[in-house]
Amino acid sequence: MGVTQKLGNLGIVTTTLEQTVNWGRTNAMWPMLFGLACCAIEMMATQASQYDLSRFGMELMRASPRQSDLMIVAGRVSRKMAPVLRRLYDQMPSPKWVISMGDCASCGGVFNNYAILQGVDEVVPVDVYVAGCPPRPEQLIEGIMTLHAKVKGEKIADWGK
Amino acid sequence: MTDLIEIANNLRGAFPGAVQDVIEFRGEVTVVVDKSAIVEVATYCRDTNGLEFNMLSDCAGNDYYPDEPRFGISYMLYSLPHNQTLRLKAYVHGDDPTIQTVTGIWSGANWLEREIYDMFGVTFEGHPDLRRILLPFDWTGYPLRKDYPLGYEEVQFSFNHDRVQAKKPHPRE
Repeated sequence: MGVTQKLGNLGIVTTTLEQTVNWGRTNAMWPMLFGLACCAIEMMATQASQYDLSRFGMELMRASPRQSDLMIVAGRVSRKMAPVLRRLYDQMPSPKWVISMGDCASCGGVFNNYAILQGVDEVVPVDVYVAGCPPRPEQLIEGIMTLHAKVKGEKIADWGK
Repeated sequence: MTDLIEIANNLRGAFPGAVQDVIEFRGEVTVVVDKSAIVEVATYCRDTNGLEFNMLSDCAGNDYYPDEPRFGISYMLYSLPHNQTLRLKAYVHGDDPTIQTVTGIWSGANWLEREIYDMFGVTFEGHPDLRRILLPFDWTGYPLRKDYPLGYEEVQFSFNHDRVQAKKPHPRE
């Protein structure tokens, strides 16, 4: 939190609305419980005690898109799954972000064929791509921190766009 | 336990016109049957004493394109009382890719035949619920046919990045 000024021991901190909102969004960003393939195993490992995603205020994987801010697309998306994924994305309330986790979600990976979507960015707008097959938990956390840095830089003027 | 070759030869005797060939390979016996007689032969295999192939463990398709007849439909029969396996095989011509269903004999054939229909476009006449099973219902084409396009997108390298990128679909927010 950007502390601009602190007065004596009155316990008052002044800052900007923009910074406060971005701080709140960043530190309570709830991902959706949505795993598609082997990347989901690494996502679970990221959640578990060894890597502990709770450190970033993300301990809750929400089972409902209505309660989540972040969609981590973990795994290859088949053509049959694509409408479902888009529907889940549409059901998430704004503001919302998408992390494309792993090579398959980002570009199709090794599955260059008729059945697999060649990158999830064909159906949903992606904020951060995480490379790897599958990415290690450190890489996913790096992706999440990159997203946090992006969210912290959002401007009030851009809200609702 | 009756010898499989003996079973196959008995089948040939029972259906002299229908059984076209008997193939043995490493202990596995395949009886090639004319497609018009598949239901009769399958019923005989299930109901005859000494055979009793009461389970259809798998039903699979092949595409031998560009050879004709193009499609091969294999029925992997299993006999629980006698613990033995027999394969029936029927060839289907590419111009008329239809064959009688065996769902009336083994109801487990329902989804197996739907999968063959989904992937090869072979129609099973008399099937109670012939829809696609794996692919989306609005899919066009049959992906496991050998003349179906294999790939979907040109692999993107730095030298062709812009050209491939221009063809990519992009979502709305």
